[in-house]
Amino acid sequence: MDINPILLLAALMVASTPILLAAIGELVVERAGVLNLGVEGMMITGAVCGYIVGHGTENPYFGFVGAAFAGAALSFVFAALTQFLLTNQVATGLGLTMFGLGLASLIGQGATGSSDLIVGKLNLPIISDIPVIGRILFQHDPIVYVSLLLVAGTWWFLSKSRAGLILRAVGENHDAAHALGYNVRLMRVLAILFGGACAGLAGSYISLVRVPQWIDGITSGAGWIALAIVVFASWNPWRLIAGAYLFGGVTVLQLNLQAEGLKIPTEYLSMAPYLATILVLVVIRAGRAPGSLGKSFHPSS
Amino acid sequence: MFKLEKRPQPSKVWTFGAPILAVVLTIILGMGLFAILGKDPILATKVIFWDPLFGEFADLDRPDVIKKAAPLILIAIGLSFGFRAGIWNIGAEGQYIIGAITGAALALSFYPMEARWLIFPLTILFGALGGLVWAMIPALLRVYFKTNEILVSLMLVYVAEVLIKAMAIGALRDPDGFGMPGSRDLRRFASAANPDLITGSGIHLGVVAALLSVVAAYIALTRHQFGFDVRLAGQSPRAAAFSGVNPSRLILVCMAISGALAGLAGVFEVTGPSGKILGSFPTYYGFTAIIVAFLGRLHPVGILLAGILLALTYIGGNLAEQSLGLPAAAIKCFQGLLLFSLLGVDLLTNYRIKLRSKGKAQ
Repeated sequence: MDINPILLLAALMVASTPILLAAIGELVVERAGVLNLGVEGMMITGAVCGYIVGHGTENPYFGFVGAAFAGAALSFVFAALTQFLLTNQVATGLGLTMFGLGLASLIGQGATGSSDLIVGKLNLPIISDIPVIGRILFQHDPIVYVSLLLVAGTWWFLSKSRAGLILRAVGENHDAAHALGYNVRLMRVLAILFGGACAGLAGSYISLVRVPQWIDGITSGAGWIALAIVVFASWNPWRLIAGAYLFGGVTVLQLNLQAEGLKIPTEYLSMAPYLATILVLVVIRAGRAPGSLGKSFHPSS
Repeated sequence: MFKLEKRPQPSKVWTFGAPILAVVLTIILGMGLFAILGKDPILATKVIFWDPLFGEFADLDRPDVIKKAAPLILIAIGLSFGFRAGIWNIGAEGQYIIGAITGAALALSFYPMEARWLIFPLTILFGALGGLVWAMIPALLRVYFKTNEILVSLMLVYVAEVLIKAMAIGALRDPDGFGMPGSRDLRRFASAANPDLITGSGIHLGVVAALLSVVAAYIALTRHQFGFDVRLAGQSPRAAAFSGVNPSRLILVCMAISGALAGLAGVFEVTGPSGKILGSFPTYYGFTAIIVAFLGRLHPVGILLAGILLALTYIGGNLAEQSLGLPAAAIKCFQGLLLFSLLGVDLLTNYRIKLRSKGKAQ
C-alpha cells in the first residue's frame, strides 16, 4: 500500500470544501432559529446551475455566482412558506429537497460542457513552495480559501457585530426579540437567503471543481452530511472546520482505499461517509441548540 | 394590508378543503411548468390525471395505478403515526429497501424448495422484520444517545442503496444469470411469488395489506389508547407526559410501525411487481410516501386517497413521457410543488385572514 499522505491531506481540503460551505450557511440559518432541511435540494440546484452558467460563459467564477443566486432563489421559496405562510419547517425543508432534486435533473437534461474548464490554483509566491505544508495548504483553488474566510467572517459576525447579536437573539427567543422591537421575520429571511447562497455555491464547487462534471444526483447526500456537521459543531463556526475536514478525510481515505484495491469490496467502502456521520452524531454530545430552532413565529400582538 | 388571526380551533371546512385547494393549485402551477417545457399544458394534464383512469387504454393502466398506490399507502400509514407525534422517520426509503433484501434473501435461501405454506409467510415476515430492524437503529440511537432521528434515518437510506447494489452483484446474484447483476426472479419461484390475485387486476397481497393497514390505522387512531397517546404527544408533549405517556416507548413503537410497514412494502414489491433484487430497485416510494402522508393530512382515509393520486402522477407521468416527451424529472418537481402548496394552503386551516381596517392600521 502506498497512499501518499501529503496528497491525501491536500485532497482532503478539496473534498471537505463543499460540505463546509453548505454547513456554514446552514449554521447561520439555524442560529436565527430556522431549521432548513432543504440543503441537499439547494446544493444540487446550485450544482447544475453553476455547471451550465460556468460552461456557458466559459468562466467558472460566473458559474459560482450563478449557483449562489440559484441557491438563494430556491431558499426564498422556503423563506416565503415558513416565515409568511407559517408552514412546518421540517416538512417544508423536505419538500424543498425533493423539489430541488427534481428541478436539478430537469434543468440538467442534456447539460453538457467541455471538460477543460479549469479553475486555476492560487499559487502564492514563497508559501506555496514550502515543502509538504505548501502542497497541503497553499496550492488550492480560491474557493477553498473563500470557504475558510466565510467561517472566520461568520464567527466575527455572530460574536462581534451588533447585527449578529440580533440574529442570535432572534434564534434564542423570537418572542423576546420581537418585544424588543427587532424584525424577526426580516432577520430570518436574510439568514435563509444566505444559507441558500452558500448551499448553491457548495453545489457548484462539486460540479465545477471536485468532480468536475454534471451527473444526476451528484451531491449524493452531501447536503445532509452538512446538516449533521452543524449539530456536531454545536452551532460553533470554528468547530465546523473540524467536522467538515473529518468527513472530507473519511471520503478521501475511502476513495484511496478503493483505488488501492483492498480486499473490502468498494461498495462497502462507499458506505463509510454515511456510517461515519452516524457514528459522530452518537459519540459527540451536541451542545445546546438555539432556543427557538424550528418553531414558527407569528407576531400575534 | 392583510392580517392573520389565529383560529381558536382548526377550521373544519378547511381541514377538508385545504388538500383539495392544494391539488387544484398544484395543477395550475404544474400547467405553468409544462408550458415552460413547451408542452401543451391542458393535454399534459389530461394525459397525467385523466388517461390512466378513463382514457382509451385505461384497462392496462388502472392495474399499474393500484400497484403503485399500494406501497405508497402502506409506507405513508406507517409514517403518519410518527409524524403526528413529532417523530420524523424520513428514512422509509431505506427501510423499504432493506425489507426487500431480507425478504428476498430468506426466499432465495429456500430455492428451489416447494412449500408455499411455509416459505411465503416467512418471506413476508422477514421483509417486515428487516424494515423494523433498520428503523430501530435511528430509534434506539435517539432514545439512548439523543441523536437526531431525521439525520440518522436519512444516512441509512444511502447505506441501504449501497447495500442493495452490493447484494445484486454479490451474495444474492442469480447463480444461473451468466454473471449479470440481479437476483433470481422471485415471480418465477412459486413458493415465494406474490402474483396478482386475479390475473391482470393489479391486486396482489400487498394491495390487500395496504387496505388492511388503512383500517387498522383508523381503528388505532380513533378507538385505541395508542392513537390517543400519539395525538396527545403531537399536540402537547407536556400534557402527554403528565398523562403518563412514556416518550421513549412512543418513539420506539412509532418507528417500529413505520419501519415494519415500509419493510412490508419492500418485500411485496420484490416478490411481486419488480421480482428481482437489482441496483435499480430503489424507487423513491419512501420519499413520495412523505408527500402522501401530508396530503392525506396524516389521516388513514386521506392517505388512501392521496396514495392513489400520487400513484396517478407516476403512471400518468410515464404516459406523458412516452406520448408527449415530458421529462420524468418534471413529475418529481410536480410532486414537490404539491407538498409546497399543501403546506402553504394549510395556513387557512389554522388562521383567519382579515383585511386590516384603516383605523387600526399602525
